[in-house]
Amino acid sequence: MAAIDPRAPQSFDADLIKRGRELAAIGNCNDCHTVRGLKNFAGGLAVPTPFGTIFSTNITPDAETGIGRWSEAAFRRAMRSGVDREGRHLYPTFPYDHFTNVSDEDDRALYAYLMTREAVHAPARENRLSFPFDQRFVIAGWKLLFLRRDTYKPDSAKSAEWNRGAYLVEGLAHCGACHTPRNALGAERASASFAGGDVDNWQAYAINALSPSPVPWDEDALYAYLRDGWHPDHGTARGPMAEVVRNLSSVPAGDVRAIATYMAGVFGEPGPDRKRQGKEALAQAASVTPQASQIQPPGAAIYAAACATCHESGRSPPYGGINLGLSTAIHSPDPRNLANIVVSGVRPVEGERSPIMPGFAASMSDAQIAAVMNYLRSRFSKQPAWSDLEGTVEEARRTQTALLQMSAGPRNAPADPTQRDEP
Amino acid sequence: MTTLKVNGRDHQIDAEPDTPLLYVLRDDLELNAAKFGCGLGQCGACTVIVDGKAVLSCVTPLVLLEGKQVTTLEGLGTVSAPAPIQRAFMEEQAAQCGYCIAGMMMRAQALLQRNSKPTDEQIRAELAPHLCRCGTHMRILRAVHRAARLMDTAELSPTQGSER
Repeated sequence: MAAIDPRAPQSFDADLIKRGRELAAIGNCNDCHTVRGLKNFAGGLAVPTPFGTIFSTNITPDAETGIGRWSEAAFRRAMRSGVDREGRHLYPTFPYDHFTNVSDEDDRALYAYLMTREAVHAPARENRLSFPFDQRFVIAGWKLLFLRRDTYKPDSAKSAEWNRGAYLVEGLAHCGACHTPRNALGAERASASFAGGDVDNWQAYAINALSPSPVPWDEDALYAYLRDGWHPDHGTARGPMAEVVRNLSSVPAGDVRAIATYMAGVFGEPGPDRKRQGKEALAQAASVTPQASQIQPPGAAIYAAACATCHESGRSPPYGGINLGLSTAIHSPDPRNLANIVVSGVRPVEGERSPIMPGFAASMSDAQIAAVMNYLRSRFSKQPAWSDLEGTVEEARRTQTALLQMSAGPRNAPADPTQRDEP
Repeated sequence: MTTLKVNGRDHQIDAEPDTPLLYVLRDDLELNAAKFGCGLGQCGACTVIVDGKAVLSCVTPLVLLEGKQVTTLEGLGTVSAPAPIQRAFMEEQAAQCGYCIAGMMMRAQALLQRNSKPTDEQIRAELAPHLCRCGTHMRILRAVHRAARLMDTAELSPTQGSER
């Protein structure tokens, strides 16, 4: 499409820009398009994929290296069909398989928001992909196979809130990009929607009936978690989900409520067994008595001194740690999230009450972290033991250190939580 | 009995394996530089160095310290021969009530041992887990920079020489 002369920022409507800011937060755009410590939306973040490394692009209005010469139509086409202004296919790391659902009106607001950001001169970095994935025509084939170009169709049998949530979750918020497993060609498996996936050496949990959470999720719990980043019956958002929550904490409450409404339906109403297990887990968590240190397993002494002081303090989150009988990480088939959090801890959110946990990378060896993880698994869950934990911890040490340096910082969240409902 | 190596010396400790290092340092060895702040690993006042890394001693049980070298502030220098980090904090008058300062110094020391010329940003990021309620942060920043310069020019103190 033809290049345009960059539009003056003042030519965009202020309300449209404001709406665009909220939509960009729901879309989590800053998370991939910003490198920590560098300019917002200037791209350059390395995104590892099974096919090689792809670098996010500059979506600031810089005329030369950003999207300053893109018309609104070109922007909409990129969102909807994954094609850049010059007509080149974009790799689906840019989740246009979801963005195809975004309405014209919302694309217009996003465009207005991005075109009024600070223009940053930041040339694209060369992707490092193996053959044949370095050939962009391959993407055309991928699109034929996997890109559904339908826009979202409301379901008249459901409430307006549910439909709003479905529109956001399946579209701009692109939750499935992490939470749905992918096939050998990197496309989401439609038959396994929300059954859990991988991102940055974290497991994105199953967020459907397969959820490993000890207590079943409901709409209110989802709303609180997506808004605040933690819930006393479930734990704390961390890793890439912490970035998502950071963004969702700054958008209108109604949008987060709609997402919670829709996702509660995706999780589904728990059966009687699941409900009973949840109640048991909560009752057990409420009645814990700190265990004496005489017990033999090697992880027990570490747990008693390093973990129990917070996690069995009897104080409710965020001031005390969640009782680990309620921890999804400990009940999950995949040990990576637990390893990541023991290694790196949880950093507090500036300016508000939030969970905090020290990382233990400096004080524990891989074997010691593995020992405490084994102990947690056997004491708090009825699940089978994990295998090769030391390898998992080694990987956690390697990837989380890199991630902490790479991921975007807390730049868009308001420092004062009372502002959250009035952005 | 557990053998614990602190400031270059072996100590025989009679304590349960889940006893936090901080209690052993303060109660058994009477090394009182490391402070009890929160007891939860959230404030940094109890920080010591273990094998070159800054560690929160209140959430580090004895069982993790077998065969490791613990260094406390007392191990860096003395009143008559302060280590560069201690001199720098005094010269910048970086302490007000002083409760957080031993922990701040230990983490700063660990940082300077692996990065002899940290930037302002690096120091801020490193010391972010440490709380100071008096608000001497700017002086602490200056003190760490000063310590880096002192280490660059001064000879190692005798205690440091034996440690590393």
